[in-house]
Amino acid sequence: MDAMTLSRVQFGLTAGFHYLFPPLTIGLAWILVVLAWLRLRRAEPVYDQMMRFWTKLFAINFAIGVATGIIMEFEFGTNWSTYSKYVGDIFGAPLAAEAVFSFFLESSFLAVLVFGWNRVSKRVHFFAALMVALGSVLSAFWIIVANSWQQTPAGYKLVTDGSGKVVRAELTSFAAAVFNPSTLPRFFHAVAGALVTGAFVVAGISAWYLLKGRHADFARKSLAIGIVAGVIATMGSAVVGDWHTRQVAHTQPEKFAAMEALFKTQSGAPLLLLGYPLPDLGIPKLLSLMVYFDPNAQVKGLDAFPPQDLPPVTFTAMSFHAMVWPGFMCMFVMLYGALLLKRGRLHDNRRFLKALFWLIPVPFALNEIGWFTAEIGRQPWAVYHLLRTADAYSPTVPAGQILFSIILFTLIFAGLFTLGFYAVRKHVLAGPEAEASRERG
Amino acid sequence: MLNTIWFLLIAVLMTLYAILDGFDLGVGNLHLFARGEEERRLFIKSIGPVWDGNEVWLLTGGGALFAAFPPVYATVFSGFYLAMMLVLVALIMRAVGVEFRSKVESPILKALWDKFFFLGSFLASILFGVAVGNLMRGIPIDETGTYTGSFLGLLNPYSVFMGIVSLAMFTLQGATYLALRTAGGLRERVSGWAMRLWAAFAALYLVAAFWTLGVSPHLYHRYYAVGWHWVTIAVFVAAMVAVPVFLKGRRFGWAFASSSLAIAGLTSTLALSAYPMLAPSSTNLEYSLTAFNASSSPLTLQTMLILALIGVPLVLGYTVYIYSVFMGEVDGSTPGY
Repeated sequence: MDAMTLSRVQFGLTAGFHYLFPPLTIGLAWILVVLAWLRLRRAEPVYDQMMRFWTKLFAINFAIGVATGIIMEFEFGTNWSTYSKYVGDIFGAPLAAEAVFSFFLESSFLAVLVFGWNRVSKRVHFFAALMVALGSVLSAFWIIVANSWQQTPAGYKLVTDGSGKVVRAELTSFAAAVFNPSTLPRFFHAVAGALVTGAFVVAGISAWYLLKGRHADFARKSLAIGIVAGVIATMGSAVVGDWHTRQVAHTQPEKFAAMEALFKTQSGAPLLLLGYPLPDLGIPKLLSLMVYFDPNAQVKGLDAFPPQDLPPVTFTAMSFHAMVWPGFMCMFVMLYGALLLKRGRLHDNRRFLKALFWLIPVPFALNEIGWFTAEIGRQPWAVYHLLRTADAYSPTVPAGQILFSIILFTLIFAGLFTLGFYAVRKHVLAGPEAEASRERG
Repeated sequence: MLNTIWFLLIAVLMTLYAILDGFDLGVGNLHLFARGEEERRLFIKSIGPVWDGNEVWLLTGGGALFAAFPPVYATVFSGFYLAMMLVLVALIMRAVGVEFRSKVESPILKALWDKFFFLGSFLASILFGVAVGNLMRGIPIDETGTYTGSFLGLLNPYSVFMGIVSLAMFTLQGATYLALRTAGGLRERVSGWAMRLWAAFAALYLVAAFWTLGVSPHLYHRYYAVGWHWVTIAVFVAAMVAVPVFLKGRRFGWAFASSSLAIAGLTSTLALSAYPMLAPSSTNLEYSLTAFNASSSPLTLQTMLILALIGVPLVLGYTVYIYSVFMGEVDGSTPGY
């Protein structure tokens, strides 16, 4: 394999593994805010117990997210030096802003959250939870700004060298670059996906305790919070997802055609339910209706674009559909859970509790698949219509060295995953009471 | 002007990183010298709530370099590919060591995570020095701004020696920090280590200063061309003299402050000697990447400066608060891992 392909493999590996952790960080952070608020307002010790238990889980997840995230900050320079020189005038700023406005906030106040039990008041503790949660969404915001600029660049001009060759993109408007056409829908969609993840983890682990007949009060209260958060997050994710998809249709039509597997440009385009390459039935005119609010509107198909500018259709279409349907399933699960909760039948519905537990991995997978859709659908461009991925890599790094680092990271990630899994498992098995009764220190 | 400000800001970020992560890297380097589980836990606890935030200065420095000087970020990081990967592995190793040693009961696993923490800190301490050494010596950059060197070329004797200098500097920083945070017999021992590390660092520094004169005399020319250059070296020398005085006088807070100030004196001397070069070329100094020929556009530098002026004071403010919550002597009751 050549250096470019290897760098793509490495980026996919490192970003993909890293993104197993931030969604839970963001999602759980906001649940911790709710818990810290309850702990502040209500005297029952169970809220203290809940706060301690979920904070510890948060800390384990956060640590691995940080360890894997360090790689990302430097990888643009090491593996994509041509890209870095080309876009640095615009792309570097959000990365630096992420560090200054979010990483410090998260890591500093997480220290208060984890180590501050006896050193700060409940009020300060609540404030710390709020700052960690704020830091986590600011982090999402700035990194999505950077990535969205790759998808729908704005607020720039191209600078050429003496021979007329484009050497770099230069900032003309910071506001236009930050709030480029895809930033907001993608930001809200990513955050919603993260909240779904937090909700499913809290609900799933609480369900498991109920199944085992352990920590009933703790588990019931946590489960209720998980279900309520889950309903809001899954529904929000669907609504924002619809908005985001429409934005893609308008701003990256070839990516949209690949997602929907629409091969031919047509008026009254049908919506394929399963996409491509599965045998499929389309619902007539629905795609036109969803995008343009007009059943007879014309939607551009893949045939409207030069073949060398198209993303890989099969993978893009498959990942898009593999996100949408399980996403809806998550929503129905949470809605059903809310119904059971309201009727007071949630806690003894063992089948549903079991399902909640086994569904824990699903939102993690959906976050990943969503990124597959976004990033594979962006191909063949590193920056949409400006710079091809094939021209973006580091020409001076030997392929052998990249292969070496891929093997190294694979081993490290396997180790980190195993460690993280066992740490979480141990924490869950020990249970919230072990956490609360343990003399900290 | 903006370019100079950003050159300075990068230097400030790197200095803060060296001072702050410097002490927890140093604690890692000394970790295996702690006697028994109790002392090791104290070492880890002393940095527990803050090491993660300290490391963010490195990420901020990386991000700022990318934003302000993209060709430097791109050329140096891709040129130093394997070295960069080793740094990343080292940083992950120490994170794993710190985070997971408290999550296992078995002494064998604990010992394993202790070694991870030590080895990660040790490697990172050396590699940062090797990187700076190579930049001081100059790296092969051709007229198009392309790196033409190899990995083994980075491991030249001068740069490796600089790695040993930085190892001594960070370990001294860690020892003075531990002297500040511990008590009793442990504090006496740690303070003794600090004295010896101070002597080692001072001796290594002298050799490095003369070696640099031989390897990169242009750094000296630039340095002496600045009218007020003596300030930085005076700060370094005064702080270095103060370290053992304060250690002997058992003023451990001042000893740590002096060690930190010595780092700042050293990095500012370096910055002054290199200015405006960020990546000097060993092929031909004319090809060097500088704050002027390798910068982002004025609009980006200006926008970033506004963001920095909003963000950095905020960060410094709550960092001081976090330190005030968690400082004090560590003992069995200190919250931590």
